[in-house]
Amino acid sequence: MITFLNHLINGISLGSIYAIIALGYTMVYGIAKMLNFAHGDVIMVGAYVCFFAVSSFGLHPVLGLVLAILICTLLGIVIEKLAYKPLRQATSLAVLITAIGVSYFLQNAAQLLWTSNPKMFPDLFGGAAIRLFDGRLTITVGTLVTIAACIIIMVVLTLFTGKTRMGKAMRACSEDKGAAQLMGINVNRTISVTFAIGSALAAIAGVLLCSAYPSLVPTTGSMPGIKAFTAAVFGGIGSIPGALIGGVLLGIIEIFAGAYISTQLSNAIVFLVLIVVLLVRPTGLLGKQIREKV
Amino acid sequence: MKKFVKIICMLTVLALALCCFAGCGAKKENTAIKIGGTGPLTGGAAIYGTAVYNAAKIAVEEINALGGIQFEVKYEDDTHDPEKAVNAYNSLKDWGMQVSLGSVTSKPAEATSTEANADNIFYLTPSGSSTNILGGVVNPLTGEVDIERKDNVFQMCFMDPNQGEASATYISEQKLGTKIAVIYKNDDVYSTGIYNSFKAKADALGLSIVSTTTFTEDTKTDFSVQVAAAKEAGADLVFLPMYYESAALILKEAKDTGYAPKFFGVDGMDGILTLDGFDTSLAEGVMLLTPFNADSEDEATKAFVAKYQEQFGDIPNQFAADTYDCVYAIYKALENGDALKNEDGTYNYNISASDLCDMLVEAFTAEGFTYSGLTGENMTWTVEGAVSKSPKGMVIQNGAYVGMD
Amino acid sequence: MKKMFSNKKTLTNYITYAGVILLFVILQSMSAAGGLSSALKGQLVPVCAYVVMALSLNLTVGVLGELSLGHAGFMSVGAFAGAVAAAALKDVIPAGGLRLLVAMIVGALFAAIAGVIVGVPVLRLRGDYLAIVTLAFGEIIKSIVTNLYVGMDANGLHASFLNPTLHMEGGKIIINGPMGVSGIAKISSFLAGFLLIMVTLVIIFNLVNSRSGRAIMALRDNRIAAESVGINVTKYKLMAFVISAALAGAAGTLFAMGQNTVSASKFDFNTSILVLVFVVLGGLGRMWGSIIAAAALTVLPELLREFSEYRMLIYAIVLILVMLATNNPTFKNFFSKIFKRKGVKNHE
Repeated sequence: MITFLNHLINGISLGSIYAIIALGYTMVYGIAKMLNFAHGDVIMVGAYVCFFAVSSFGLHPVLGLVLAILICTLLGIVIEKLAYKPLRQATSLAVLITAIGVSYFLQNAAQLLWTSNPKMFPDLFGGAAIRLFDGRLTITVGTLVTIAACIIIMVVLTLFTGKTRMGKAMRACSEDKGAAQLMGINVNRTISVTFAIGSALAAIAGVLLCSAYPSLVPTTGSMPGIKAFTAAVFGGIGSIPGALIGGVLLGIIEIFAGAYISTQLSNAIVFLVLIVVLLVRPTGLLGKQIREKV
Repeated sequence: MKKFVKIICMLTVLALALCCFAGCGAKKENTAIKIGGTGPLTGGAAIYGTAVYNAAKIAVEEINALGGIQFEVKYEDDTHDPEKAVNAYNSLKDWGMQVSLGSVTSKPAEATSTEANADNIFYLTPSGSSTNILGGVVNPLTGEVDIERKDNVFQMCFMDPNQGEASATYISEQKLGTKIAVIYKNDDVYSTGIYNSFKAKADALGLSIVSTTTFTEDTKTDFSVQVAAAKEAGADLVFLPMYYESAALILKEAKDTGYAPKFFGVDGMDGILTLDGFDTSLAEGVMLLTPFNADSEDEATKAFVAKYQEQFGDIPNQFAADTYDCVYAIYKALENGDALKNEDGTYNYNISASDLCDMLVEAFTAEGFTYSGLTGENMTWTVEGAVSKSPKGMVIQNGAYVGMD
Repeated sequence: MKKMFSNKKTLTNYITYAGVILLFVILQSMSAAGGLSSALKGQLVPVCAYVVMALSLNLTVGVLGELSLGHAGFMSVGAFAGAVAAAALKDVIPAGGLRLLVAMIVGALFAAIAGVIVGVPVLRLRGDYLAIVTLAFGEIIKSIVTNLYVGMDANGLHASFLNPTLHMEGGKIIINGPMGVSGIAKISSFLAGFLLIMVTLVIIFNLVNSRSGRAIMALRDNRIAAESVGINVTKYKLMAFVISAALAGAAGTLFAMGQNTVSASKFDFNTSILVLVFVVLGGLGRMWGSIIAAAALTVLPELLREFSEYRMLIYAIVLILVMLATNNPTFKNFFSKIFKRKGVKNHE
């Protein structure tokens, strides 16, 4: 039973990280209708920035996080300006390939800049933990912070897209770009802001990911990136609560599949569940059913 | 018609591109013996490739500075992929490689060693430890030889099965644990090779393995399940046949969950103390069998470590040390260059790769040929290609290795 | 106008055949004359395999119009099924060429079966959901093959999943789980690769120009309209998808039989993406484009070797720039001025 609880907590913790990454995916997809495969690599950049801020310059972890957010936001805007904006009119496939190009670029640039030697990410929470049942059940502070961060981010994003001017513009763009433009919404700026927010989320996810799984290499972001993308689809891509539910469920399934079936097959099981869910609900758990117009 | 022209244009451009790739065959007189090698210089495994390349550069530089025979070293990137490794090997052949340091990682080395065997180019891998590289080793599962012995292929590192057996024997002799858990990376030749032989030996010695869990390249960040399984099974010793970056994560996970068994590693564990940002107190009491120790008081090791650190900023790992030994072993096998000396005192740098290969194979397997370097004393090679050296049992105390015996 | 268009199309097809033959003759004679570097010689077979991969994926993405992110999965099935067939038939069929042919057919067959298993559920979905499910299947196939053990002894083939013990009496292990297949007897040749490309082209061109092909393209252009004139959606979609999978399987066998060793991790998401890049760069539905893009982009990283550690960075930059150059309206206008035809074609 205790082992079960342990696995559950690990699953929720992993899932919360997936959820934060998936939120970034979902935001960008909802508005720009593009699969931003470089998202995972922005996570990696965020983690590196925080690593150097904390380990090399001895800054406070919170400062490191802020720095990571700033740099990633900037990076997101630059990538969008240089690589994606010129392709606004192009097919989604062309943008997808460009995103892959950006992903290769970031990974290789990171390797040249920071070498491929793994960096052990510092424990930002000092290893503090709550131990229950004579230490058989451990909940680290990192886990709690991750879960809290995930919930806060989701609430803030929901409020932001629901209440603010910019958020409304975003929703308008995701419904119909042409009509939004006619209503006087600056579509280009809205997309840029979305990228900025997505990248800021990636920075937070990167720092949390690496404090939980502290091995930092230039390819750190790619697998979580793919998993989070899966999570976003799982929950219904474009939907904010969907990304949260999808992420957390995915994390729990992954850990349980590894614990109770086979660690060798945990990835396969995650993807199998995804397929089954999509067959039952073709647009994900909370995705909008799109009616086809003839 | 326009389209026709366009397609033909494109095809011509492609053909031309291929030709310029093909051309430039003009032979120049060599001014050094050309040593080539392939390794992952980019991608996820680049840490091993760069370590090997750096060490090879240092060794060659040192030998050249002696003023005798001159070496030239070149590494090509194989991104830890057998297909790319063969490409890299072929482009080294075009460059005029005379001796090969093989490939850094096992799977690519399997591919390039087959090529080198067909081309008869001397092949000494610093770190490819799988039995399939050498060939001619009996598969314990079927009792038959899967791959013929490639007679010009040699290893500087231990063959995987030797490490597994040595570890099991050591644990049994020193009575280090009664309930053993193993975590290994099952899509890695190195890790699986050690595990298989460890298990066979442990069963023979009556050691009890209470938990066996695995991970793969895709799942190498989260070890909560594996550590929980070991803890649940009440293991008092966890055997970790893997490289240090994964081991570091396992140590942290164990500490976070308040699990404190003994940990026992293999030579891949070396490097854990110098991992950037690693809290060395986590590794306190970890035992490992390793041929190389960067903190050693040995003069040669100290000089090598200092030079490496000065040039590349990192502490060299066991891969680097093995490579350094490879270059020096070849140097020694060439009688410090005398074997290639012409009568007028110059060196025969234009010797064909095949002739040089025959010469080196003979030298390496000759009665009485031994080599002492950073990773072992009096190493010898048999015609089977494996090296004979014994790993040292080390334990980590206060962030440094201490001999266990 | 319509007639002329179809003539143009046939003409393009013949030029494509001619171009492939020409290139083969040039390279083969250069290879025979010793004019090729070892580096290029070693790449001839893999390039052929990637060309077939690109062509087959172009059938799914370009002709059928569905994005697939797991095409390497079929290559993997073909590679391992073919490798087992080739190893098992070693004594029965000593001639390498014939054995390769049989192995390729086996590889294609298994990949086709996988294509049906994947296609039936996947093709019910649309757009990016379909894409993610193909990605998921690609990863599942990788996981399955990674944990598969196949061996052969006097009693025939033995297989086991997850557990490396095969209960054999002597014999040889063919697929050793995560370690894949080792010590492959190389039976692929450039000639075999060339023939496979030609067969692939014949199949695809004939399919595209047939009644079924027109039905498939009608589905791509407007599914609802096509359905309303009585085209069977599932049948035609599945047809294109399975043919594409089978060709990828044959390419997989060709690839594996040209390597010394091959493991499941080779056929991962990155390989799928790589092939997709070939298709998109070569142009959707444009077969000669796929051939050139696949050949050029496979050789490119080798040409960039002199840049050593910067080479993959340069590769990424080239990729981004090419995508920008071919898809940005400003660039496009610039090019359409040079190639007036292309400007016209965009409006077709």
